Amino acid sequence: MKKVFWIAALVFNSTLSFAASAQTMSKPADPAVVDAYVKATFGKAPPEWQARIEPDETLKLCNATHNNVPSADADKIVARELAKVVYPADGKLLGDWKEGIKIANNGRGGQFSDPPDTVAGGNCYACHQLEKKELSFGTLGPSLTAYGKERNYAPDAIKAAFTKIYDSQAVVACSNMPRFGANKVLSEKQITDLVALLFDPESPVNK
Amino acid sequence: MRRTALRSAIALVALGILGLAAYAQDASEKEIERYRAMISDPMSNPGFLAVDRGEALWAEKRGSKNVSLEGCDLGNGAGKLEGAYAKLPRYFADADRVMDLEQRLLWCMQTVQGFDTKDVVARRFSAPGRASDMEDLVAFIANKSSGMKFEVQLGHPKEQEMAAVGEALFYRRGGVMDFACATCHGDEGKRIRLQALPNLAKPGKDARETMGAWPTYRVSQGALRTMQHRLWDCYRQQRWPVPEYGSDAITALQVYLNKQANGGEITVPSIKR
Repeated sequence: MKKVFWIAALVFNSTLSFAASAQTMSKPADPAVVDAYVKATFGKAPPEWQARIEPDETLKLCNATHNNVPSADADKIVARELAKVVYPADGKLLGDWKEGIKIANNGRGGQFSDPPDTVAGGNCYACHQLEKKELSFGTLGPSLTAYGKERNYAPDAIKAAFTKIYDSQAVVACSNMPRFGANKVLSEKQITDLVALLFDPESPVNK
Repeated sequence: MRRTALRSAIALVALGILGLAAYAQDASEKEIERYRAMISDPMSNPGFLAVDRGEALWAEKRGSKNVSLEGCDLGNGAGKLEGAYAKLPRYFADADRVMDLEQRLLWCMQTVQGFDTKDVVARRFSAPGRASDMEDLVAFIANKSSGMKFEVQLGHPKEQEMAAVGEALFYRRGGVMDFACATCHGDEGKRIRLQALPNLAKPGKDARETMGAWPTYRVSQGALRTMQHRLWDCYRQQRWPVPEYGSDAITALQVYLNKQANGGEITVPSIKR
């Protein structure tokens, strides 16, 4: 089990150039004062919206260290987040890559301008390169072209990818990537569709 | 009509450029640069219409006291506009608060003019057929600092508090996607899709070029927008709740960002995509 995470950590290490870039921190503000400012600006929002910007134990550590969390705390974060990951009951991690493409291109959901019943996308292309033919991709995350092919479609790698998409911080503490499953942005089905986009040999990502 | 034609022409150019961008990265960067140079011609920048409207609003007598805003002190003395924007946000002893330009204007409307700001706040962001007094006033006043350099005000303890809180907010992750400002603006040379992202986590060129270009005429929105709108839109994309207009966290972020941009030249209104 440990080995899976070690591999996963290696795989996704390149995503973390951000965390490694040390930014100088001036004298930090008193957290109670920061909270008062947050209240002044967001205090009129509905309670469920305000709850979303209340940092959990993991984000408190990431925020305080500008994502450069010390290794002891990093281990705690990874353990805590890993406990949140729910794998499919039927063990099937590979969904439909064609649906995966739609999810990867869909940036809707979760914005205050979205209708409340909007089905959220993963917006993967905002940060990652996937299919080679799609040239409009972001660079905040690493390129994922030929992702499954380069990993010989190995079951361990497939499980690690599901884990990473479900909860990025179950793999790397304070990763910039959203915790799509743990934060209920994407459903289990959507995540397996994205895993298929990465690992199905027929997926354009591997062509 | 001429404005509409101009806007359509600019939009067409923009579409053409974006189309190209999908084919070749390097070539597209050059084309985008050429497009920016083309639209930064002041004679073709509709943002200056907002400056003119703002000038008229500044001199208009309104409110229960039937006076203009010329009695409003933006930090350099009542009615003194030259260079005022370059030193905002700043601490105002009369209000015992740090205020950005929008907050100060609302304060002046209420206290100097005796003017009910409810309608002005309702029109804080313009829409087709609905002008915004606030956007126009900011365009006019910021333009009076064009060609000058940012002089961030950090002498007062409350200004220092604003800068420290602004930094904490810049790194504060939240919303369903766990995004902070720093998620997109914390590193060099990154893009979201094809859009280049300025690194605002450190002082220097990116921060100066970014902060020195607001308020700006947004071609894609057909409107002049201020930093209040930019940060509102950032929080929308961050999946945070709607931020209150002219509120303290927004001002704190502006102090922090102006600190990163300190010494940078202001050239406004600019024109952007």
